[in-house]
Amino acid sequence: MSVETGRIKLPTVGAEGAYRKLRAFDIAGLFLTLATFAFAIIWAFPLYWAMVTTLKPEYEVVQPGVRLWPETFTLEAYTYILLNTKIGLWYLNSLVTSAAVTIIVIFTAATCGYAISQLRFPGRRLLYLTIMASFMVPIQALIVTHFVLMSNFGTLNTWLGIILPQLIVPVVVIVYKQFFDSIPRDFREAAIMDGANDLQLLFRIYLPMNWGVTTALAIITFIGAWNAFLWPFLAQSSEETMNITVGVTQVHSAFGVQYARELAGAVLAGLPVALAYLIFQRRVTQAITLSAGIKG
Amino acid sequence: MLASTRRAERRSAFILIAPFLLIYLVLFIYPTLKMLELSFTNAPLIGEGDWIYFKNYVRLFGDRLFKTAVWNTGYFVVLTVVPNVATGLLIALMVDRLKGWTQSVVLAAFFLPYILPVSVVFLMWRWILDLQFGIAQYPIEFFYGERVPVFRTIPWFLPMVGLITIWWTNGFNVLLFIAGLRNISPEIYDAAALDGASRWQLFWKITWPLIWPVTALVATIQLILQLKIFDQVYLFSVGGRSEPTMVLVQYIYQEAFQRNRGGYAATVATALFVLIAALSVLQYQVLRARSAE
Repeated sequence: MSVETGRIKLPTVGAEGAYRKLRAFDIAGLFLTLATFAFAIIWAFPLYWAMVTTLKPEYEVVQPGVRLWPETFTLEAYTYILLNTKIGLWYLNSLVTSAAVTIIVIFTAATCGYAISQLRFPGRRLLYLTIMASFMVPIQALIVTHFVLMSNFGTLNTWLGIILPQLIVPVVVIVYKQFFDSIPRDFREAAIMDGANDLQLLFRIYLPMNWGVTTALAIITFIGAWNAFLWPFLAQSSEETMNITVGVTQVHSAFGVQYARELAGAVLAGLPVALAYLIFQRRVTQAITLSAGIKG
Repeated sequence: MLASTRRAERRSAFILIAPFLLIYLVLFIYPTLKMLELSFTNAPLIGEGDWIYFKNYVRLFGDRLFKTAVWNTGYFVVLTVVPNVATGLLIALMVDRLKGWTQSVVLAAFFLPYILPVSVVFLMWRWILDLQFGIAQYPIEFFYGERVPVFRTIPWFLPMVGLITIWWTNGFNVLLFIAGLRNISPEIYDAAALDGASRWQLFWKITWPLIWPVTALVATIQLILQLKIFDQVYLFSVGGRSEPTMVLVQYIYQEAFQRNRGGYAATVATALFVLIAALSVLQYQVLRARSAE
């Protein structure tokens, strides 16, 4: 039974009953919220535990029991890592290769996505279908032939050797194509009549229309390249040419595992991407939902 | 006039696609074809080999280690895909209820692991599960009765790596589910709530059917992703016996880079390629069915 009040249907419960129902609802809601907080804390605890371990001296790290805060606060693990490993070089290698991958991927994907979306040329459909079909090829299956190719190019153990096989990110082309599809083709024709060329159009008008998309794609491409493990692991064989993700797994000492030091390396390796996420949270979310094909 | 502008358009198009096309041909199409060719030879990793027709493929069927790798990869898929999707949906439902800054903070707590490099995840969990000093050994001791060298105990290895993988990658699923949940009009919930539907009914009668396309999408993405598993399994197995917990990509790596059998590694890679290509076609069908709805 219910009464119609304008457009909204109200259930016919007495005021008291409605109040009781509301209160029960709120208690359940409050419980759920608290459960969510508790779950989030448990989920993030390993991150906290790794962080706090890096601030303890090694003897405290191996003491039994759970000490949530260091008894003796020290940055010894960090100074050790910074002074005794090639972490500076690893950082540089990661930074240069990830930045290069990002710039090249964004540039080539934007131009190609623009051409497929806005221009008519023979082979356009074939190109688009080939790019779509490339999702079917697992890049991990290509490690053997990528290695042979890089060896033939003489680029193993160089920045270029780490960069090249990581340039295959077809999803970025697709996202750009879909983005440019939202702009009517008449727009381009009018601009061409006025004497603009396609490069000017793309870089002066189309991309600046929504830098958000490019920023989002660039951030996620950079994070992906920074985090890459398999290929940078295969493409280098000396300590000098390692990326940081590979380097930090190589911190061994003559006295066995020293967790504070190892984890200090890990924290330093994860810091740039964690910060990038925390600063650009909205863009990262956007990039992930865009590339999965869901409009958020 | 018209012909010349069309010519100009073609020229522009060629210039604009050239950089991508070059990279794509040299670093993707060529390596893929080369992989197929290599799979019919007995070449070492670097250098020429003889054409041996289908010998590698015949060998694949009798290869015990290949069977182990296929089995373990399948086992890993079973261990991770459904739990990862279910946890992702559960967390998304929990996070979606929250408002404002509490939502951002809680979402960040669930999402942060996903953004980290695999080596960081590896180092963290190796420490947490360390036999002598690891903090997770307390609950293991409590429930199991004794401490377990998790990554040196074969029955524990893949389930634990699976659990860590879920912890690591779940944020991705959460994001997609939240985006999906936001696409459901709140008016539907309001109407149902006013009709006296319980939370439970709201979920099964409204949320579940409306979120199903996203669930299917996340599940197929996860399926293909986990078939390509390598990094974690490899890192945790270093220093121990890797063969009992070998997965497919790890087998490609071992054959090519540790046993110097480029040809046979390419054959295993081709098998993986065929498997994933078939599943991608399946995924495409699922997604097309979804957009046709």
